[in-house]
Amino acid sequence: MNPALEILLSVLVVVGALFTFIGSLGLVRLQDFYTRLHGPTKATTLGVGCLLVASSVYFSVAGEGLSLHELLVSLFLFITAPISAHLLARAALHLDLPGAVARPPPDASASPESARDTPRH
Amino acid sequence: MLNVALAIAFALVGAAFVLSVVRLLRGPHAPDRILALDTLYINAIALLVLFGIRLASPLYFEAALLIALMGFVGTVALAKFLLRGDIIE
Repeated sequence: MNPALEILLSVLVVVGALFTFIGSLGLVRLQDFYTRLHGPTKATTLGVGCLLVASSVYFSVAGEGLSLHELLVSLFLFITAPISAHLLARAALHLDLPGAVARPPPDASASPESARDTPRH
Repeated sequence: MLNVALAIAFALVGAAFVLSVVRLLRGPHAPDRILALDTLYINAIALLVLFGIRLASPLYFEAALLIALMGFVGTVALAKFLLRGDIIE
């Protein structure tokens, strides 16, 4: 294999794995659920994205012809990651989980802006 | 050189698995555990992609695609259960 290509592949693989690791590290180290939600999305987009690009390049060079079906996985992940994060955030708001920063009580401010944010039952 | 990079990547993704399992076991509330399961399936996809490069076999992508589909459905079902108390209304 071409040495420059091998360096590119190695960098992509290591960067992807590093972002996957950092995502899980954030999942353990961050304080409350709402900040924890932020960590693994980096693992999804940058980490697995880099790994899938590396794999696409590798199989395009090593295999026969252009290999693009890895893009299917990354496209699907890019579409579904915000949806699942949104649903989890809504579930956490519904359960009224404690956050590091206290939210204002819903009855203190009667403006319709804040009343819209309270969970509907 | 690619083999060294793959070994480092396997170690990092394995450590990511361990950290996600720590959050899965420790997580004080149910959404924390669901988020840990979500992260676990993302890590499984990363590991399968790395394994496919290591063995130079394109077969593992079908498994990665299936895990991506099923993991998303599982996360949505669990989050919906927490939101509504029911999955199919």
